[in-house]
Amino acid sequence: MADATPVRVVLAKLGLDGHDRGLKVVARMLRDGGMEVIYLGLRQTTSSIIDAVEQEDADVVGISMLNAGHLTLGPLMVDALADAGLDVPVVIGGIVPDEDLPTLAAAGVAGVLGPGSPAADVVACVRAAVAGRGR
Amino acid sequence: MANPDSRPDSDSGPGFRTLSGIPVDSVYGDGPLPGEFPYTRGVHAEMYRSRLWTMRMFAGFGTAGDTNARFHELLRAGGTGLSTAFDMPTLMGRDSDHSWALGEVGRAGVAVDTVEDMVDLFAGIDLGAVSTSMTINGPAPILLAMYVAVAEEAGVERARLSGTLQNDILKEYQAQKEYVFPPRPSVRLVTDVIRFTTAEMPRWNPVSISGYHIREAGSTAAHELAFTLANGFAYVEAAMAAGLAVDDFAPRLSFFFNSHNDFFEEVGKFRAARRIWATWMRDRYGATDERSLKLRFHTQTAGVSLTAQQPEVNIARVALQAMAGVMGGTQSLHTDSHDEALALPSEEAARIALRTQQVIAHETGVAHVADPLGGSHYVEWMTDEMERRATDVFVHLEDLGGGSILEGVYAGIESGWFAGEIADAAYRYEREVNAGERIVVGVNAFTEGNDAERAKLLRIGQDTEDLQLKRLAGVKQARDDRAVADSLRRIVADAGDPTTNLMPALMDSVRVRTTVGEIVEALEGVFGTYVEQAVI
Repeated sequence: MADATPVRVVLAKLGLDGHDRGLKVVARMLRDGGMEVIYLGLRQTTSSIIDAVEQEDADVVGISMLNAGHLTLGPLMVDALADAGLDVPVVIGGIVPDEDLPTLAAAGVAGVLGPGSPAADVVACVRAAVAGRGR
Repeated sequence: MANPDSRPDSDSGPGFRTLSGIPVDSVYGDGPLPGEFPYTRGVHAEMYRSRLWTMRMFAGFGTAGDTNARFHELLRAGGTGLSTAFDMPTLMGRDSDHSWALGEVGRAGVAVDTVEDMVDLFAGIDLGAVSTSMTINGPAPILLAMYVAVAEEAGVERARLSGTLQNDILKEYQAQKEYVFPPRPSVRLVTDVIRFTTAEMPRWNPVSISGYHIREAGSTAAHELAFTLANGFAYVEAAMAAGLAVDDFAPRLSFFFNSHNDFFEEVGKFRAARRIWATWMRDRYGATDERSLKLRFHTQTAGVSLTAQQPEVNIARVALQAMAGVMGGTQSLHTDSHDEALALPSEEAARIALRTQQVIAHETGVAHVADPLGGSHYVEWMTDEMERRATDVFVHLEDLGGGSILEGVYAGIESGWFAGEIADAAYRYEREVNAGERIVVGVNAFTEGNDAERAKLLRIGQDTEDLQLKRLAGVKQARDDRAVADSLRRIVADAGDPTTNLMPALMDSVRVRTTVGEIVEALEGVFGTYVEQAVI
């Protein structure tokens, strides 16, 4: 898929969890995949992420959670973006049990990337999330 | 039933023999032998013949009551020490009712807000008889104060308490990122704890200088070794600058390393760590007490090496990594549970992990002989190579710090040097796996069986958060608010005077049920809050 303008991705750790190895690796994978990465780093809130999405005109948000908080924080992020009037999909990366996937999908989370996801899958997941916008 | 405590050399035992009956010596080869400077071959002459490593399983989830039940289960199953995992809000010094704690209460560890939670956490456990490790860094002095308060309320005086406080803040800025205050006031808190335990808790390890998290964040083995020892030297310099004599505190410094997949690299790393520490402590910091020179360490198998695909295969990975830790001469060991790439360990998975250690200890015979790999050409070369690579890092840090390792470490944190080196190595590894240059079983090869049905995972529900919020509200309702406010004023005053040890004020404050979050916020008012520069 050839893009006229590169996909702009906001990446953040939402909440208190400090494990940022995976998110940093994903940031470089997406950058190497031709996307523009806005890396917010640690201890972000839904409102700091929304500010960045608006300022940077981002197409998609990636949040990383290895703290088992995804069922609470994932839907919170989706709803906060919707409340702000932003049609911006959310992709979650981290440790998410398979049985939680339907719940997250039903809550509007566009994609989930688990440990060990290859670069091609990471890039494809984010592209698919962006392509699915407005549905 | 056989008694695992009766060792082969006991009066009734068969002596140390192989499975087929061949008697074996406690060590082979030339000196320096185990127990002799520079301790490359081990810190004790007889190593595991005199005492097996401590099988210390890390546990914590849900409420204090939930974790207490797991502690009792691990002790019943033959665990010989406790190790506490706190939840993310506690690690960050925030109470369960803080807005940032939403969704994280009790999820990745146990929630502790006040000393009441600590009472429940250790209910029915004799703190004078067990040794306890607490994995906490930013708010470490507060949790130590709570532990002492709980013990003393149960009639166990602090001098009898045995255990370890992680309290290693430097690696948080470098790797794990669970810091609250800026580096310099944080190191002052570390030295306050060292001073306090040196004077009043002779059986307590005030710092566990940790490479584990550096490695998990993606560093190489050599950088894990180098950054960890550099942080150790930094704490030694800080404590000496605070007026402590090196031989008064250094014997109680302890270390914590990762044991990853590359077997001989790991063994070389452990051996090099002992040799470097002994040499530097003697020659650079003037330590003369033999105990100051001996690097004692805990090992945990590499959580990051566990795969979500075919998770049972992780049992084999953990066994091999644990073996490297034992061959490397570890003093205590945590074996990861095979389901940890999916969730917190289930009780069954944690038991298998403990059983893995018991198999190594009691069935394989590797514990009969100290440093069984010493003298191998490859292992000796690897040990030397690890030392060479670590020395390059020490030279760089001294350069950054104008001759001081402590200042060099501060400079490397503030410039993002450590974090950058770690992120580079992490990405290099991922690219190699992606390109198929490295095989990871079940991930990029041998994937048949990846779709098999998954075992039952441990789930922490929203009810934990609700329960903990109710508990916290109850404690706040029942306490004397004026005493809390007075104690916080004293903490602020003592924090403002770098020559005052904060521990006594913290002890008094936790006793009147001040929360972790209230104390941390009071200290933030004096010390400020650290925000790292985000780099990828």
